[in-house]
Amino acid sequence: MARADRDLEAAIAATRFGLGARAGEIAETRGDPQGFLRAQIRPQGADQPAADGESAAHRIAELRDLRGARKPGGAAAAGDEPDPVKTAQRLLRENTARDFLARVQLAATTEAGFRERWTLFWANHFTVSANKLVTATVVGPFEAEAIRPHVFGSFETLLAAAETHPAMLLYLDQVQSVGPNSRAASYLQRRGGATRRQVGLNENLAREILELHTVGVDGGYTQADVTEFARAMTGLSIGGAREGPGMAGVPLFREAAHEPGARTVMGVRYVQDGEEQAAAILADLAARPQTARFVCAKIARHFVADEPPPALVARLERTWLDTGGRLDRVAETLIAAPEAWAPDAAKFKTPYEFMVSAWRAAGGAPRQVQHVTPALNSLGQKPFSPPSPEGWPDDAATWAAPDAVVKRMTWAQAFAEAVTAGRDPSALAAEALGARLSPRAATAIARAESREEGFALALMSPEFQRR
Amino acid sequence: MTSPLLLSRRRALVAAAGFGLSLQFLARGAAAAGDDLARRKLVVVICRGGMDGLSLAPPIGDPDYAGLRGAIALGDEALRLDATFALHPALTRVHALARAGEARIAPAVAGPDRSRSHFEAQDVLESGAAVVYGTSSGWLNRAVESLAPGRKVEALSVGATAPLILRGKAEAASWSPGRAVDAQSRLPGLLQDLYSDDPLLGPALARGLATEAMAQAAMGDMHGLDASAAQRLRPGPEAARSLGTTLAGFMREPGGPQVAALSLDGFDTHANQGAAQGQLAQRLAGLDALVDGLRTGLGPGWKDTVVLVATEFGRTARVNGANGADHGTASTALILGGGLKPGGIIGDWPGLSQASLYEDRDLAPTLDVRGLFKGVLADHLGVDRRALDTTVFPDSAAAAPVAGLV
Repeated sequence: MARADRDLEAAIAATRFGLGARAGEIAETRGDPQGFLRAQIRPQGADQPAADGESAAHRIAELRDLRGARKPGGAAAAGDEPDPVKTAQRLLRENTARDFLARVQLAATTEAGFRERWTLFWANHFTVSANKLVTATVVGPFEAEAIRPHVFGSFETLLAAAETHPAMLLYLDQVQSVGPNSRAASYLQRRGGATRRQVGLNENLAREILELHTVGVDGGYTQADVTEFARAMTGLSIGGAREGPGMAGVPLFREAAHEPGARTVMGVRYVQDGEEQAAAILADLAARPQTARFVCAKIARHFVADEPPPALVARLERTWLDTGGRLDRVAETLIAAPEAWAPDAAKFKTPYEFMVSAWRAAGGAPRQVQHVTPALNSLGQKPFSPPSPEGWPDDAATWAAPDAVVKRMTWAQAFAEAVTAGRDPSALAAEALGARLSPRAATAIARAESREEGFALALMSPEFQRR
Repeated sequence: MTSPLLLSRRRALVAAAGFGLSLQFLARGAAAAGDDLARRKLVVVICRGGMDGLSLAPPIGDPDYAGLRGAIALGDEALRLDATFALHPALTRVHALARAGEARIAPAVAGPDRSRSHFEAQDVLESGAAVVYGTSSGWLNRAVESLAPGRKVEALSVGATAPLILRGKAEAASWSPGRAVDAQSRLPGLLQDLYSDDPLLGPALARGLATEAMAQAAMGDMHGLDASAAQRLRPGPEAARSLGTTLAGFMREPGGPQVAALSLDGFDTHANQGAAQGQLAQRLAGLDALVDGLRTGLGPGWKDTVVLVATEFGRTARVNGANGADHGTASTALILGGGLKPGGIIGDWPGLSQASLYEDRDLAPTLDVRGLFKGVLADHLGVDRRALDTTVFPDSAAAAPVAGLV
């Protein structure tokens, strides 16, 4: 495969591997494009956005308190107290907005764009969406606690951190899952009748771990494996009212809800007691070759092409298997792979990537969440709210719909009007795209009627829309 | 006096001229007029997440229903259809249509996929393939494509991203409420030049601008709903109703889309799905309002319209430990329209006795949902049987079209 020359490699490093070039970034990268990217890999993981630092447990407890106050007979019903429903809605909005804004600001300003893109990939792989009320305020804390610290460690560690995090347990209904033959189930059944509430297994998390997070849908598991895995995970839960105020929203293992006995998942028998059982299954899933294949193909698809080159997937898979899923080593392999440097930009940016890269090109970062939220909503990428546990789609067919292209154009126009401020659009385009800027787009930008029109053209150029 | 249609057509052409476009939709409208098939409209609504058919159309007369469903079972509050079936109490408009012979249920349908995976089952539901990831285009797109040699059928998806069901070789527009394009700007024209060799962005922008021009015309015809109002819409029945009316406005335009696809989300009710009220009831109220918006918005065109409502799979027959239900197999599909032939349920009812459940947990399918789709495509849009069995729904000869629905 033809390798790009040094100037083109510098532009590719900043735009395809990174989140888009800031002024000066391509020039700094030119000396050693691969080294520039490798230097962003570090054992302590990703950067942390400058959010308020509230933990997921705190947010979960806060939401529970407010929902409790809503119920008749709950606290705060007096006339001069603030309406608890309104307070809850305001908190939901503000918490989420703060976290999301901090994340966009980090992306728009970081000098380590590759590190952040790598991180966003894993956050999307282990999607927790704010589209459920119970997880509306915990996506930011989830990423901060479960994803960011582990993105350059082993996949096994990242997997365990993500699947046992309170946000994931809530999102995929694990906290409600009770072993049908557990002590908790028999107690509740004896007492039941009055409540009509039935107690039992919830398979959602088990299924999605297999299908989406590890071996993939073709990974060779059956419905029986899903059910067995779900039984093994019973007991993984979070603290509630019974455990007292300090424990609300904190991950804990409810021995009494755990389905007793040995389990068999994908042909392996697990005789462990309690939470060791699910931990052992997760560790085995992380080590399976199907997991290496499934996840490496997804990495290649994200970084290089919707239909990734098989040779690239094979390289990533080799490193994954040789190193026991060391994600720092997989990232190094990606950077060193010639297929990842193909001159043609095959990936169409998602709305989030497009907007972040536009901010980077313009210099600066949004100061209010209103600068980003309405546009992301209308482009189909509502903040922190992927439609399903599969996360955001990663293909051009999804994002380049006719309506979406028109909406990108109207956004680019408004954005250019707000930020161009007397600057030369040709220079902005050259800084943002380097050797990737085509003569055709450069000419169109130079001939623009106004600076704003020129910058909007640069943002909407085929090369800026892709990476 | 100028007729409203001519007025709106002129408004669209003015808007189109502002974008530097020739508006293909509108130019073709007149040629197709007078053709009966050209008046026929089809709207496919995909309810994503695995809609619980046993709550959409609860079989309250089935002896096993109440026991299996426990806290989420519906009782007398459900809206009776016959001795066995009722509709969820949130579906008042659909119920009125059913009473008038303009809505029917298919209570035990499923596609060919048995994975209980949202992504696989949605893929199969939309692609129309016999196996998962069998094709990267959608059956509705291929149906439009199969008609293309004889007549051009315009297609539109509603939503910010293109759904698989309408992806493919036949051009399809997409639209969602948003800020209007500034007709004075040079940018659309400049970009069309810049994209002239771009196989992805060129056609997408041209198509998007054409739809935008049509949207401005369609919204201009409606009372009180403009682009800015549409942008302010919040999820809920009112938003769903407006979506229905807006889509109807598009479809009423001369040369407007004959075929449309849209999605409703949020049917993945693993926990606390509710019974007469609750999470699922709210989603169903949205579906009810959407249908009503379409029907009222289409006006006299309703008699030429078929609406199909389907989901990727149903949910477990038994309520789960969290007062929800998990991924299952068969679910209920709905067919609505002013020109439906009267009749009872579509397909057989397998019952809910333990012996009849699929894998001892799910409602068993008795009808391949592709047969329902094929029946409507054949009888309503005139897609030929051979195309249906081979290209629109590959390897589907065994799933015979359900004939005589319209």
